[in-house]
Amino acid sequence: MKDNFYFFFFLSLFIWSCNSSNEPLPILSKKVIENGEIAYEKIPSFSFVNQDSNTITNQNFEHKIYVADFFFTHCPTICPIMTQQMLRIHEHFLDNDYLHILSHTIDPKRDSILRLKHYAENIGVAAPKWHFVTGEKDKLYEIADYYYNKVVEDQNLPDGFDHSGRFILVDEEGLIRAYCNGTSEQEVNEFIEKIEQLIQENAKE
Amino acid sequence: MQKSNWLILGILFSIGTITTFYSCQEENPYKQGEILYAKYCSNCHMDDGTGLGGNIPPLANADYVRNAGPQIACIINNGMEGEIMVNGRTYNQPMAVVKRPTGDPLTEFEITNIINYINHAWGNDYGIVKLEDVRKMIESCKKD
Repeated sequence: MKDNFYFFFFLSLFIWSCNSSNEPLPILSKKVIENGEIAYEKIPSFSFVNQDSNTITNQNFEHKIYVADFFFTHCPTICPIMTQQMLRIHEHFLDNDYLHILSHTIDPKRDSILRLKHYAENIGVAAPKWHFVTGEKDKLYEIADYYYNKVVEDQNLPDGFDHSGRFILVDEEGLIRAYCNGTSEQEVNEFIEKIEQLIQENAKE
Repeated sequence: MQKSNWLILGILFSIGTITTFYSCQEENPYKQGEILYAKYCSNCHMDDGTGLGGNIPPLANADYVRNAGPQIACIINNGMEGEIMVNGRTYNQPMAVVKRPTGDPLTEFEITNIINYINHAWGNDYGIVKLEDVRKMIESCKKD
């Protein structure tokens, strides 16, 4: 009787622990009402140009997941650290073609395609693994909102911009599944774990 | 007390002061420089002075810093543009003027402390820069 108790106790514990680790990554996109039903807001259609002068749209990430961020090349505050942390993600998933990186400049006036090309080459990365894109300023700022990144021009700041350094994980459906502070090594470590989890989840399907 | 006793006491006191001075120095000789570096420099040049790929040059183990001496003061004070060569690699990304959030420049003391921190951090051993030299250097490269 006692043995049976232990058996079921451990069995249930085992099942419970399996269940909790199988909890899927939550959907963090904004909820909207669509035809009277609750739906999640997807990353809208976009069209930008990357460092190789190729047009990059949502289609480039079909059947893929990607990490997005917002930066500019001459940024004297948080961007270099963000790039350093993004490089860790890049390295971690270098051989995994399922994950891509999409960095948007928020200073398209100065960040020409050539400049983005140099920036990418100088840190040893290339498209299609890591796209550095530019485009119309309004479009870039508009889409930043969808990625939970605040971008505001402010001449009084040392950057000339007020921007948050978030990394956003977007799934195959264009939904946000995780984000982190791109300047925090600790948060980026946890973020990498979440990316791995999403990859595993989708591998099962 | 006898004269010799005073002498011994004096010697002991001096030894005490000197050892305290040196042990404190060893622990952290360029504290203000370190704090200022973390505040104004490490965002781009990183905590460990390694910079960022070919975009931002390293300060650790960097021939450019070793050879520049007090000239680094002008770079901190005025920012920098154009191509430079560091450890055989070309860098060409402009560096902003280092200034307070209020827009005021750093003082010559602060700049000297930053340079001396950089010159002795991460295994660098590039010598001490004097306030006087930094002062002259900044005077000579003043922007009007």
